[in-house]
Amino acid sequence: MKNALISFVVGLIFAIGLGISGMTQPQKVVGFLDLFGQWDPSLIFVMGGALAVHLVTYRLIRKQPHPLFDRQWHVPTKTEITPALMIGSIIFGIGWGLGGFCPGPGITSMASLELKPVIFVISMLVGMWIFRIVDQKMHFKK
Amino acid sequence: MNAEWLNALIGGGLIGVAVSLMLLFNGRVTGISGIINGSLKPQKGDFLWRILFILGLFVGGLFLKILRPESFTNTLETETYLTVIAGLLVGFGTIMGSGCTSGHGVCGISRFSIRSILATVVFISAGVLAVVLFRKWGVLP
Repeated sequence: MKNALISFVVGLIFAIGLGISGMTQPQKVVGFLDLFGQWDPSLIFVMGGALAVHLVTYRLIRKQPHPLFDRQWHVPTKTEITPALMIGSIIFGIGWGLGGFCPGPGITSMASLELKPVIFVISMLVGMWIFRIVDQKMHFKK
Repeated sequence: MNAEWLNALIGGGLIGVAVSLMLLFNGRVTGISGIINGSLKPQKGDFLWRILFILGLFVGGLFLKILRPESFTNTLETETYLTVIAGLLVGFGTIMGSGCTSGHGVCGISRFSIRSILATVVFISAGVLAVVLFRKWGVLP
């Protein structure tokens, strides 16, 4: 229960960060990706700011024997570079450029009560579901 | 340094704080596509934290809507069907590629995960190429 409350607070802070940073404004995201057009570089500082904090805190936190509310870490340990990793990232990148939303900002922007983010999130859930169906047959992710 | 850059840096810093709290308390990476995907096939004892995280993202959005409504300025005028296609691609691609901007771009890079560094380079490059071509073809304004 208490770990779920932490998750809620993390989601809350994350959303505020997204909003302040400009990530919930699709035209800014598309402007950031428009490297050879009217490039808006400001969103570099979103990743820059997040990494500046987490590059340090990650190492400090992982010095602990275990997380505060759990007995073990749940950090991914895979190292294999797979076709699924590359192809999936290409597909994601194209969708990100087309709509200007990635998953987090999509969810947060639903609170704007505009229709677009809602359509985006529903389509995203369908996309996730389609991948699962396809993967059951094709086994992209072994 | 102009205000937009400063806001980006502050917002990014908050995101860094958020993912650090998730790791410190719950021992988990904050990979948003993975958290959403996991909530679609609920496993016992693995659902509540996911759905409350997603709820937090939404409630945070409500705070923004009230206190900082300009956060949701959307001047990207595109047809609705393009939003549908974008959502389908983002959903499919992030699960196939095991992560999105948060999981690979922030958490993975902070761990120096080669997979995440590569994935981030690839999805940003694909995004750049997509925007160039979509603009050229008149798909994006």
